[in-house]
Amino acid sequence: MPLYRDEAVVLRVHKLGEADRIVTLLTRRHGRVRAVGKGVRRTTSRFGARLEPGSHIDVQLHSRLADGQAPPGGQRGLDLVTQTESIGAYGAELAGDYARWTAGSAICETAERLTEEGEPALRLYLLVVGALRALVAGEHDPGLVLDAFLLRSMSVAGWQPALQECALCSAPGPHAAFNVAAGGAVCESCRPSGSARPAAETVGLMLALLTADWASADASGPSARRAASGLVAAHLQWHLERGLRSLPLVDRGAPGLMETP
Amino acid sequence: MYEGAVQDLIDELGRLPGVGPKSAQRIAFHLLAAESADVERLASTLVRVKNEVKFCSVCGNVAQADVCRICSDARRDPSVICVVEEPKDVVAVERTREFRGRYHVLGGAISPIDGVGPDDLRIRELLARLRDGTVTELILATDPNLEGEATATYLARLVGPLGIAVTRLASGLPVGGDLEYADEVTLGRAFSGRRRIDAMS
Repeated sequence: MPLYRDEAVVLRVHKLGEADRIVTLLTRRHGRVRAVGKGVRRTTSRFGARLEPGSHIDVQLHSRLADGQAPPGGQRGLDLVTQTESIGAYGAELAGDYARWTAGSAICETAERLTEEGEPALRLYLLVVGALRALVAGEHDPGLVLDAFLLRSMSVAGWQPALQECALCSAPGPHAAFNVAAGGAVCESCRPSGSARPAAETVGLMLALLTADWASADASGPSARRAASGLVAAHLQWHLERGLRSLPLVDRGAPGLMETP
Repeated sequence: MYEGAVQDLIDELGRLPGVGPKSAQRIAFHLLAAESADVERLASTLVRVKNEVKFCSVCGNVAQADVCRICSDARRDPSVICVVEEPKDVVAVERTREFRGRYHVLGGAISPIDGVGPDDLRIRELLARLRDGTVTELILATDPNLEGEATATYLARLVGPLGIAVTRLASGLPVGGDLEYADEVTLGRAFSGRRRIDAMS
């Protein structure tokens, strides 16, 4: 497949050489792909603006591998972006709102970490597109959209936290304790030491975000949102075995530089 | 693998940005073949730039003294500050000969995915410069990419309550290009930033 075409979301960009960029794409059919955009940092580039993080694009790529050729040494190498058309410039729309943009960055980083190069991840791709669209629409708090994406992407990856039953013995809930290492809510008899005891409203919010019950999620209070985002982030980073760089920088209405002495 | 000093030189050159192993080898052998005086001049320049060049304590631009040439120039307008990401952006704006104010170099742009937040940039120093009431306009000249736009958005939100006029460099069509080749984002920005053309008298 020297030339192939796909829909993709730009997850990340790196500078390369004088005016090029390496773009990391999450494609609909080919999974995560890394490709070079030649000359896209020049102001005269015909498609530089379409290869910004968060852009939803129709892209044509040139692969260095022939049809059926296995990547040498398991390394797929970099494809070359030859054409792009914009489907939705979500990133450009988010950049005008700092809170939504930081949430969008966390969505893109999570998607990159949850996918393997060249392995199709259609459900995650659809989740990313849906989450970016929801951020642009601005109908819900950006923090809630991010947490909903994180919960559902973990569900796609097979790490969905147990919220309605005990994560260890499957006893039906609700349960008052939550343990990240155990995999979610735990009953009193299974509860490992050091388990958190979130409020019932917090677990209810996480369940609402997981099941797209936006009426309940939008009605939640700030303390439940704060606690739920903490549990979601801890659960995700436990399974990823590494922290996400963008999560601590997500603007959830915390004091900025102006408020600090 | 080469022996001793040659391999050390190739390794050191290979650590430079944009220089791969082949380029490093080519540069190393070019230096080996060059005149001794040329190589010594290069070596002394490298040492001098590291020892003598520092960052301006006011704006963060590269400087030979504690305060850079632009900040110490009394003819520059102190009421306008142009905020850029890197020292090389100062040179780009200076080339236009359009701007007579002063600069503030942030040292990058906010990029959560790379772990760069507001605290990693020289934003506190910028706010300190704005508090004495001298500055009346802040021009945000961060790069016209997403990180630059988001950084500009963040700064505008931060500086807005201080009552200082905040402006952003215009985005749009490059001079000398064809309209049909412009992408939607650039063309959209050009439309939203369109200006009235006064009738010729």
